[in-house]
Amino acid sequence: MPATATPLIALRGVCKRYFRGQQSVDVLQGIDLDIEEGDFIALMGPSGSGKTTLLNLIGGLDQPTAGSVSVDGQRLEGLTSAELAAWRARNIGFIFQFYNLLPMLSARRNVELPLLLTSLSARERKHRALLALELVGLAARAQHKPAELSGGEEQRVAIARALVSDPRLLICDEPTGDLDRHTADEILSLLQVLNHRHGKTILMVTHDPKAAEYARRQIHLDKGVLAREADAGGGA
Amino acid sequence: MKFLGLVWASLLRKRTRTLLTLLSIATAFLLFGFLDAVRVVFTQGSAQSGADRLITTSRVSFIQPLPLAYREQIKALPGVHTVAYANWFGGIYQDRRNFFANIAVSPEEYLAIHPEILLDEGVREAFLSRRAGALVGAELARKHGWAVGDRIPLQATLWPHKSGSSTWTFEIVGLMRARDERARKFENQMLFRYDYFDEGRQSGQGTAGWYIAKIREPAESARVALAIDALFRNSAAETRSQSEKEFNLAFARQFGDVGLIARAIMAAVYFTLLLVTGHTMAQGVRERTAELAVLKTLGFGNGLILRLVLAEALLMVVMGGCAGLALASATLPLFKTFGAQLPPLRIAAESWWAGVGVMLGLGLAVGLPPAVRAMRLGITEALAER
Repeated sequence: MPATATPLIALRGVCKRYFRGQQSVDVLQGIDLDIEEGDFIALMGPSGSGKTTLLNLIGGLDQPTAGSVSVDGQRLEGLTSAELAAWRARNIGFIFQFYNLLPMLSARRNVELPLLLTSLSARERKHRALLALELVGLAARAQHKPAELSGGEEQRVAIARALVSDPRLLICDEPTGDLDRHTADEILSLLQVLNHRHGKTILMVTHDPKAAEYARRQIHLDKGVLAREADAGGGA
Repeated sequence: MKFLGLVWASLLRKRTRTLLTLLSIATAFLLFGFLDAVRVVFTQGSAQSGADRLITTSRVSFIQPLPLAYREQIKALPGVHTVAYANWFGGIYQDRRNFFANIAVSPEEYLAIHPEILLDEGVREAFLSRRAGALVGAELARKHGWAVGDRIPLQATLWPHKSGSSTWTFEIVGLMRARDERARKFENQMLFRYDYFDEGRQSGQGTAGWYIAKIREPAESARVALAIDALFRNSAAETRSQSEKEFNLAFARQFGDVGLIARAIMAAVYFTLLLVTGHTMAQGVRERTAELAVLKTLGFGNGLILRLVLAEALLMVVMGGCAGLALASATLPLFKTFGAQLPPLRIAAESWWAGVGVMLGLGLAVGLPPAVRAMRLGITEALAER
């Protein structure tokens, strides 16, 4: 992992409080965290520990109640909804547990979606989408719709969609939670390649200790606070 | 344009539902096309009428006769060129369902005043020389299989023959064709000579149903109309003079305020369509909550999401609406219901514009609520529901 003077992600005193009716729930309580560029972090912890909430804050999908979230020098708190949307389109690739592909679009057109927000020509968009599919080994399935793909293939398409606009940070929420062991290993290996060879910074939420081994570092959350941090086996 | 594929794909997500919705929209706009064509005919249908022709009827009622002596008095007024007179006969050919306008006219003047009636060579002379002669519209002749020289019987409903019979017999001396589309009504009418009618009827001799005055200068028509009515004020048979357009409109209104009826039916149809299509759109967006949240996650802003859902609704309504109006346009010429007195039904340019306006309004009305809902959708809540 290359060392840099400024971390790619810096969280300072981040708190998140939700309200359920009259009751308030403190999901995150004063999180301080630095993630360097090129890192591959597995964020672990029991259900309700605040993993996804933390992921959402770093991905600009939500705003902290207190504290600051800075990604590549950009402070996210205070950005408007439109500014956050534009920032996400430029900087973040999202990978979900249930793939979240649009069922009526082919694999290629699903991958092309983030590029619709750019000024690229239709031809260039198509070219880049096919390149991304090639990178995940699915160029031959470009015209297939999600229903015609296996779970592993769908997740590969989702990874291609996350990569197509060449973001520096990939945010993965339980990317193998819906896959069998063998397919999960393939997907995790692919993420590892993206981290090692292409320098993508990856932040992955997982319940699965085996999945976490693919990461360079493991961070454990418990009841909204960072519990412990450990190196994983994925740095090799 | 680059988002059109995404909008189109969203519409095709549930093909059967989209097809059924498109069919209901197309059916509504087919009905819109029919009704608006009727409305146009009944409210503006006489736009083809001559601007230089005035119609004078009894002030009391359209069916009250006027003395024939009025003709010379009207003709003597400054600005009047020619005066013809006519009377509604109301005869039936074989069956009441074979309705067509059959009118007794002063032959020479009537043809002179209506140059839009085209006659073959020698027909005018034949009409002027044969007392029982009749001119029939080419379309009417085709419909009943009539030919020149045929003698056709009409059953009188208003004017029995003085012989005691209710049957009047006419000899077809020629066919009438319209000079242009606007005069098409003559192709569904029958004209016969007033002197034959006046001599043969049991009562009412020496009267006319209405007068038609050709004015030298169309700009003078209002002044001349007032002058005619002033001439007979305080007489036993006061008159009401109006342009041919106004007269035809009044004639059409005998059937009721068709424009209002048509609008009322259309409003009911659109209210139903609003509910059906609105429900379909709302359901379609509800089902795609997670997909919309994914698009937002990828960086699609709230404004863009609003526009995409709105575009989807507009595309569906405009596609269905245009299909319905095009179908109405293609099938309307098959209907000739009002051919007797009014021009044929067709989708006028104003109906297309009105239709497009309704489509846009409807598209916005059914698209805006789900579009606003999609715009306000919280990403994390929507993804968490999955």
